[in-house]
Amino acid sequence: MAVSGTPGVKLPGTMTTAAWLVALSLIAGTFLSIVIAAKAQDAPMAAHAWLFAFALSAGAMTLWQRHFSATARGPVQAEDGIGYNDGVVKAGTIATLFWGVAGFLVGVVIAFQLAFPVLNFDTEFLNFGRLRPLHTSAVIFAFGGNALIATSFYVVQRTCRTRLAGDIAPWFVFWGYQLFIVVAATGYLMGVTQSREYAEPEWYADLWLTIVWVVYLLVFLATLAKRKEPHIYVANWFYLAFIVTIAMLHIGNNLAIPESFTSSKSYSLFPGVQDALIQWWYGHNAVGFFLTAGFLGMMYYFVPKRAERPVYSYRLSIVHFWSLIFLYIWAGPHHLHFTALPDWAQTLGMTFSIMLWMPSWGGMINGLMTLSGAWDKLRTDPVIRMLVVSVAFYGMSTFEGPVMSVKAVNSLSHYTDWTIGHVHSGALGWVGFVSFGAVYCLVPWLWKRERLYSMALVSWHFWIATIGIVLYITAMWVSGILQGLMWRAYDAQGFLEYSFAETVAAMHPFYVIRGLGGVLFLLGALVMVYNCWMTILGRVRESEPLPASSPSAAPVGALQSA
Amino acid sequence: MAKKFSHETIEKNSILLLVLTLIVVAIGGLVEIVPTFLIKSTIEDVKGVRPYSPLELAGRNIYLREGCYTCHSQMIRSLRSEVERYGHYSLAAESKYDHPFQWGSKRTGPDLARVGGKYSDEWHRLHMEDPRAVVPESVMPGYPFLATTPLEYRNVKKGLTALSLAGVPYDEDHIDNARADLEAQATPDADTDGLMQRYPKAVARDFDGNPAMISELDALVAYLQMLGTLVDFNAYENADFRQ
Repeated sequence: MAVSGTPGVKLPGTMTTAAWLVALSLIAGTFLSIVIAAKAQDAPMAAHAWLFAFALSAGAMTLWQRHFSATARGPVQAEDGIGYNDGVVKAGTIATLFWGVAGFLVGVVIAFQLAFPVLNFDTEFLNFGRLRPLHTSAVIFAFGGNALIATSFYVVQRTCRTRLAGDIAPWFVFWGYQLFIVVAATGYLMGVTQSREYAEPEWYADLWLTIVWVVYLLVFLATLAKRKEPHIYVANWFYLAFIVTIAMLHIGNNLAIPESFTSSKSYSLFPGVQDALIQWWYGHNAVGFFLTAGFLGMMYYFVPKRAERPVYSYRLSIVHFWSLIFLYIWAGPHHLHFTALPDWAQTLGMTFSIMLWMPSWGGMINGLMTLSGAWDKLRTDPVIRMLVVSVAFYGMSTFEGPVMSVKAVNSLSHYTDWTIGHVHSGALGWVGFVSFGAVYCLVPWLWKRERLYSMALVSWHFWIATIGIVLYITAMWVSGILQGLMWRAYDAQGFLEYSFAETVAAMHPFYVIRGLGGVLFLLGALVMVYNCWMTILGRVRESEPLPASSPSAAPVGALQSA
Repeated sequence: MAKKFSHETIEKNSILLLVLTLIVVAIGGLVEIVPTFLIKSTIEDVKGVRPYSPLELAGRNIYLREGCYTCHSQMIRSLRSEVERYGHYSLAAESKYDHPFQWGSKRTGPDLARVGGKYSDEWHRLHMEDPRAVVPESVMPGYPFLATTPLEYRNVKKGLTALSLAGVPYDEDHIDNARADLEAQATPDADTDGLMQRYPKAVARDFDGNPAMISELDALVAYLQMLGTLVDFNAYENADFRQ
């Protein structure tokens, strides 16, 4: 069904039994949404139910339209003989760029809100408390999630030498995920939140994401199952671990009881201390599996591919894969040191966090050492520079993390900006840069361009963003450690030396510097969007002395010498 | 073992890879989370902690809605400097009816676990209207709309029912009287006997200074003013809380 051009088989894109079932489910979903919209207990629920009704009916109509355009077009022959499904990867790449800029922009806004509170405008919809989840969700789930979905769909096809499983399913994953993002984001602005960090969307958005995610898992698994390669490539182990673990965490952490099926409000199933532990079991492993395992999958494909070197150590990838996914899950309680969580759980969390340093660096070493014999490319290829620096940032933040999980350090760092800085060295440096590197690889490959519009602009992006990151994390180190020390400072009489308000005032210059760092990072991303857009249009910037490189076309070893 | 184990077996079988991964990632969570439901000493046995009154709960929901947890913790750690700044370190028992918990992860503003009674209602009113009017260094957003927005509470019974399903000891008496209790707590000179009996130590008054309307500010201030006030720490020795 999936491979196009086979005679005697139904035209691809026309209605099959499966397509009929999907269409009927979409129509049923539309009616259910309209009923909920009509009976909604609150305005956000009504708005979201209408949004669902609109999106699901649009989905059904798309299937119709697809059927008729396929009938009109007739059979098409796949150029590469396999018929890779790259349409959904293209869409995911564009969504990555779009949500990236949106998420970074909101980040810049809230950074300046902390420096200049007048920017909250005293309004319901745009205050820091509502925009902060918008920022975190936009960058983690919208930007990062789309990057992961797009690259995983690309990588699994290439490394299995087979077309993506499913016909409608990959597109359902893509559009269903965008719908989740829009529901979550608009919900935050309307004050719809579970108040669980990085899991703020309410129960109905969570249910929808569960459906989308299960389909994602099935598409990925089914593609693995029909692979033409005997081995499952290491990148796919990480992608698979990311998908299945996020499913487990998402369901576990979002168990809640809605006020009613027509209300946007729910109450967590778990109380106080257990709720906190479950939230950080989720929260830490959103970092561990969404922002680490998934992006390691990305690293394991794009770094070797771009460097045109094999992965450094096969044995190391086995050892660090299993130890990483085993140890990460235990680390959650380090978010709850010295709290009302039982001591034994805190100690377990700390111990496993320290052990986690080793498999994390296993990944870093495997990524960096893949460059052996190709280090000269750092000089000539700014894309590989971005990828390598991302792995370096990964190494740095996975060293900082275990340090901060030590109780003695945590007593100082917790509740301060140090945590924010730590997260951003991982998020901007590792997740951001590895995604940018992957996008810079993917755009020319997907749109069949010889090379990017401009390598010089990649270099500009790299330097602008790097300076932004450095400003960001150094400002947060200083402000975090400063505030932590001020909170615990005693004067000669044995009284606390500073009022809380004094510690807030001391943060101001660092908040301004952090905001500027964010502006630079955003500017870099805009440069990338321009560069990718021109590449998609098929332009090539004249008068660029940098050597062009399009590794997808060139077999290993056939590259021009630097 | 006759045949030497090889990782090839796993990496050639996608279902095996999936199942093994799932087992490996399930272990840590099970070992850490399940015992906290089973070990009794996880939550101390202290007197005074009670479920939120309907007005306090409505205020708490506003606290969640505005994302206050993004800048305020409600968890005083067992460190000298924190206990001296904020009061007795937080007990697990004090959040045993919290669905969800609000311990927070960041203190852009101060901890609020024991903010109840620390400031007057008038201070809270001014502070929500314009934080910098009372704390010049503050970077908190202003929430002037809370005082002018009537509290929406037609679902208050449903909220208590949902919480009772999650294990909070609200009985029929609490649920049936939820609306009346909410109104009584925010109205000066109302009959509060039932409220007091159901929610000991509840404070009933006009929190927002505007007796004509039950506003969102009424609910939020009622919630803030009860935070950390339920346990009488003079009745206990520190050793009582050792786990």
